Amino acid sequence: MTSPIVSVRDLQVHYPIGGGFMKGKPQTVRAVDGVSFEIYPGQIFGLVGESGSGKTTVGRAILKAAPITHGEVTLRVADTALHVDQLRGDGLKALRRHAQMIFQDPYASLSPRMTVRDIIAEPLEAMKLTRNREETDRRVREVAEKCRLNLEHLRRFPHAFSGGQRQRIAIARALVSNPSFLVADEAVAALDVSIQANILNLLKSLQQDMNLAFMFISHDLSVVAHFCDVVAVMYLGEIVEIAPTHKLFSQPAHPYTQALLSAIPPLDPDAKRDRVQLSGEIPSPITPPTGCRFHTRCPVAQPACQTIKPEWTQISGDHGVACHLVADHVDSTVPEHLQEQKKHAMPEC
Amino acid sequence: MTDMTMTHSAQPKARQENYYTASQWQLFWSRFKRNRLAALGGAVLSLFIFIALFAEFLAPYSGQADTRNPDYTAGPPQLIRFCDSAGCQLWPFVHDMTSSYSVLEKSYQVEVLEENGQPLRRPLQFFYPAGEYKLLGLIPSDRHLFGVEQGFVHLFGTDSNGLDLFSRVMYATRTSLSIAFLGVMLSFILSLFFGGVAGYIGGWVDTAIQAFTDLVRVIPPIPLYMALTAMFPRDWSNTQVYFAMTLVLGLVNWPTLARRIRSYLLASREEEYVQAARLAGASGWRIVVRHLLPGFASYIIVELVINFPYRILDETALSIVGLGLRRPTMSWGVLLQEMTTVQAIQLTPWFFIPLIFFVVAVLSFTLLGDGLRDAADPYSGIRR
Repeated sequence: MTSPIVSVRDLQVHYPIGGGFMKGKPQTVRAVDGVSFEIYPGQIFGLVGESGSGKTTVGRAILKAAPITHGEVTLRVADTALHVDQLRGDGLKALRRHAQMIFQDPYASLSPRMTVRDIIAEPLEAMKLTRNREETDRRVREVAEKCRLNLEHLRRFPHAFSGGQRQRIAIARALVSNPSFLVADEAVAALDVSIQANILNLLKSLQQDMNLAFMFISHDLSVVAHFCDVVAVMYLGEIVEIAPTHKLFSQPAHPYTQALLSAIPPLDPDAKRDRVQLSGEIPSPITPPTGCRFHTRCPVAQPACQTIKPEWTQISGDHGVACHLVADHVDSTVPEHLQEQKKHAMPEC
Repeated sequence: MTDMTMTHSAQPKARQENYYTASQWQLFWSRFKRNRLAALGGAVLSLFIFIALFAEFLAPYSGQADTRNPDYTAGPPQLIRFCDSAGCQLWPFVHDMTSSYSVLEKSYQVEVLEENGQPLRRPLQFFYPAGEYKLLGLIPSDRHLFGVEQGFVHLFGTDSNGLDLFSRVMYATRTSLSIAFLGVMLSFILSLFFGGVAGYIGGWVDTAIQAFTDLVRVIPPIPLYMALTAMFPRDWSNTQVYFAMTLVLGLVNWPTLARRIRSYLLASREEEYVQAARLAGASGWRIVVRHLLPGFASYIIVELVINFPYRILDETALSIVGLGLRRPTMSWGVLLQEMTTVQAIQLTPWFFIPLIFFVVAVLSFTLLGDGLRDAADPYSGIRR
C-alpha cells in the first residue's frame, strides 16, 4: 500500500473567545478536538457533518489557515514530509504550492478588482514559481483550458461571470501551482444543481488527470455519495465514523450516521419513511458533553455513554467508528426500518 | 444582407465585451455619469477649483488696501452695459461711479459721473495688464481677465473700505478651499495611520488606539475649536494663523475616518478573497497592495469628498465668530463676518454675494460626494 499523502494525528484546534482587559477569563471553543485520519494519493476524502461540527476548521488546519493547537499534520510530496504543524517560511511556501483550497462562495473568493488572468496567476506571482511573465501566461492559459474556461475571457473581471464560471476560475487558481492535494470546502454548495454536476464532473476529470487527492467538505450527502471514495462523519469536533462510501451508506454503524442518512429524502415520495429524528441542536463546542459527545441526542444512548468516551473501533479493515454500542450494532441490531432505508440512501451515481 | 446582420450583431457584442473587461474604476465611472446631479456638482466644483488656482488672473484687483477705491466705498455692483441714456455701443462698458456716506440721509449716495452731460463710460478691457503676480506661483504675469483703463470696475460692488468684492471673493475661494483641502489631507493622513494600524494589527494595539480615538471623539468639536484657536497668539501673522487653522481642522477631525478605515480593514481582512490570497502564498504587503488598497481607494476618495464641505463650514464658522482667520486675509468666513451687521442687510445687500459662493460650493461638494458614494456602492445598481 502506498503511503498517505496527508496524515492527521490527534488534531486539535481550540479558539479562545472573550477575555482581554477586564472581560474575565477567556473561554475555549473546541472547534476540532482530537481528529485522526489519512488521505491517500488520488483519493477523494469526504468530510460530512452538521454546521458547527468543525469540518471546515479541519480543512483549514491542514492548510495552516487555522491555528493548530495540538497534534500532527503531515503532507508528503515528492518523498519529503512537510510537518504542517511546525512550518515556517520556506516550508510554508512549499505547503502553499502543493496544497490548495477551493472556497465555498465563488462570489466572495475572487478579488473583484483583478482580471481573471491576474487571479489565476496570483499563486505563481506571489510565490515566484515562474521565471518570467511569458511562462506565467503560458501556465495560466494551460490551466484555464483544463478548467474549460474561454481563453478570451482572461481579460475580463469577475463581475462578468456566473457562479459556475467563477468557481471554475477559483479551481484554475487552485490548480495553477500544480498541487497534489486540494481542500474543497463546500465547493458546490453555493451553485445551482445543474452547475453542481458540471463542477463535480470537472473536478473528477481533473482529479483523474492530475492524480490529485481531494478533501471534499460537504453537508450534502447525495453529492458526497456521488463524488467521494472515503467518507468521514464529524460531530462536534470529533470524527465518529470513517468508511468507504458504499460501506458507509449501506452499513452505517454510528447512530449519528444513521440519523444523517435517514434524513435523505427517498426517491419515491410515497415510500414509507421512518426517520431517525434527532432532537435538539448540536451542543456548544465550548462545553461539550462528557463521555460520548453524541449522547445528549442519541436515540439509543446507554448510561455508560454519559461518562465514558467511546474508543475508536475498527469494524473491518477500512471501516472505523467511535461508539460503545458498535459491537452489538454492526450486523444484528441495525433497526429494521434502517435496513429499509438503505435502498434509498444510496443515490444513483 | 449578410453584411448587415454581421455589423448589427458585432456592435452589441463589442459593447458587451467592453462591459465584461471593464475594471471596477470604469464601472464606477459609468455609474457616476448616470447621476446628473452629481455630475453637475462635479462641474460646478471644477469651476471653483479653477477659481482657486487662477484667482490672480480672474480678479481685476488685489482686493487689498493698495487697490482700494476711496471714491466708491460700499458701492453697489456695477452693471456691464451696452446701452445707456446716450445710446448703444458694441463694446461692453461700465459707468464710472462714486459712492459716499451721507450723514443726513443715513445711507450711501451713489452718483454716476458725467462728462459733457453724458454718463462717463469706461470700456472693459480683456487680458488687461495691471498688478503683477505669479500664475500658480510660477509664471510671472501681469494680465487680468478684465479691467478698465481709467477708474475702476466693481462687478460685485465694494465693501465699506472701497475694496473690490469680486476680487476678494476670488481670493477667498482660494483660501477657504485650500484650508479645507489641507485640513482634510491632514486628517486623512492621521486617520490612515491610526485606522490602518488598528485595523491591520488588531489585538491590544487596536483596543488602545480605539480608546484614544474615543477620547478625541467625545470632546464636542465647537468648544474644542474655540479653545484651540483662542490659543493662537494675537501677534501671529496671517500665514501662521492659516497653517495653525489647517492643523486644528486636521487634528480634530481624524477620528471618524480612522474608525471607518479600521472597520473596513477588519472586515476585508476576513474576506474570502483575502484568505484565498493568503493561501496562494501572498505576503502581508502584497495582500495590502494588490487586494485591499484597490478596493479601498474609491472608498477613501468618497469619504474625503464627503468630509470636505464640513471643513469649509468649520473654517467659515470659526472665522465668523472671530476665532479663525482675520482681515486682511480673505476667506469666505472673513467675508461673511463683514455681513453680520444690520447695516449690511439694510443698505448693502451685495455683501451677501460671498454667501452664494459658499452655499453653492458646499452644496456641490455634497452632491458630488453623494454621487460618488452611490457609484462606489456595488449594490446600488448592477450586481457587482
